[in-house]
Amino acid sequence: MAAEQKMTYETWPASPEKQTLEAKNKFLGFWFFLGGETVLFASLFATYLALKDKVPSSDMALAKDLFEIPLAFIMTMLLLTSSLTSVYAMYHMKNFNFKKMQLWLGITVLLGLGFLGLEIYEFNHYVHEFHHSFTSSAFGSAFYTLVGFHGGHVAFGLLWITTLMIRNSKRGLSLYNAPKFYVASLYWHFIDVVWVFIFTVVYLMGMVG
Amino acid sequence: MANQQPNSGNPRVDIEYRRKKSAEEMKHQVITFALMIFLTIVAFVAAGYEGFSGWFIVPFILILAIVQVIFQLYYFMHMSHKGHEAPALFLYSGALVGFITIIAFLTVIWW
Repeated sequence: MAAEQKMTYETWPASPEKQTLEAKNKFLGFWFFLGGETVLFASLFATYLALKDKVPSSDMALAKDLFEIPLAFIMTMLLLTSSLTSVYAMYHMKNFNFKKMQLWLGITVLLGLGFLGLEIYEFNHYVHEFHHSFTSSAFGSAFYTLVGFHGGHVAFGLLWITTLMIRNSKRGLSLYNAPKFYVASLYWHFIDVVWVFIFTVVYLMGMVG
Repeated sequence: MANQQPNSGNPRVDIEYRRKKSAEEMKHQVITFALMIFLTIVAFVAAGYEGFSGWFIVPFILILAIVQVIFQLYYFMHMSHKGHEAPALFLYSGALVGFITIIAFLTVIWW
């Protein structure tokens, strides 16, 4: 099936994300990239765990002084819900319903923005209330590198999805752009996968001590 | 598996079949989501509860995280569908290297 072919509800295939050769390569290449991302984040987790609570003086804030359950919980819920809304978007993509896909992607972006806003508030709070900054201690460096890298992924994911939505807003769905939407949603889910480990390893284990 | 191309020879019937299949799958996704929310709440409650010691909580919430990630990968990211052999190989290779890295940093490195 040619990528530029005009599709209808009747001719839309069951797996539009894997119809053309380009789409198949994109799918495979993207999963290979996610394998690499796993290693990248694992090494940041390893660094964080090795340097956790390593501060130069005893009056500096440790993990158990910094983290609070409510904020981490709200951020987790926002990101987890945005993962479901992007599943909804892909459901409508498979049913060739472009408008509803755009709508759910839009909701995903809003939830992601909410998450990012809270993270900025959180970092600002740590820096000003606790003097816990990137350069204040090895603990600070490891913390901001790990959590900030994840936040950077969220920001990039938001830009990516928004760009796709705007770029294709007047084009509708085709076998050329369906794999692009699919791969972007995979990326968004992967961000949530990483966050599950962040809230467990950094926040919850930090509060336990 | 859901979303495979059926062949009844009648496109209209095939579409109806597929629609039903993906609606069914969507229902599973929502159940998956509810389970993930539940696991998250259990993890937060366990970490906030004073009565448990760290020796119990840490492995417990790590297991909850792994279960939740498996849900995310196999349902939300569709790894339970056909044609995900190579993605599984890539991801598990990455996870293995990552796991070794974490073990190394936790045991070999000290200050």
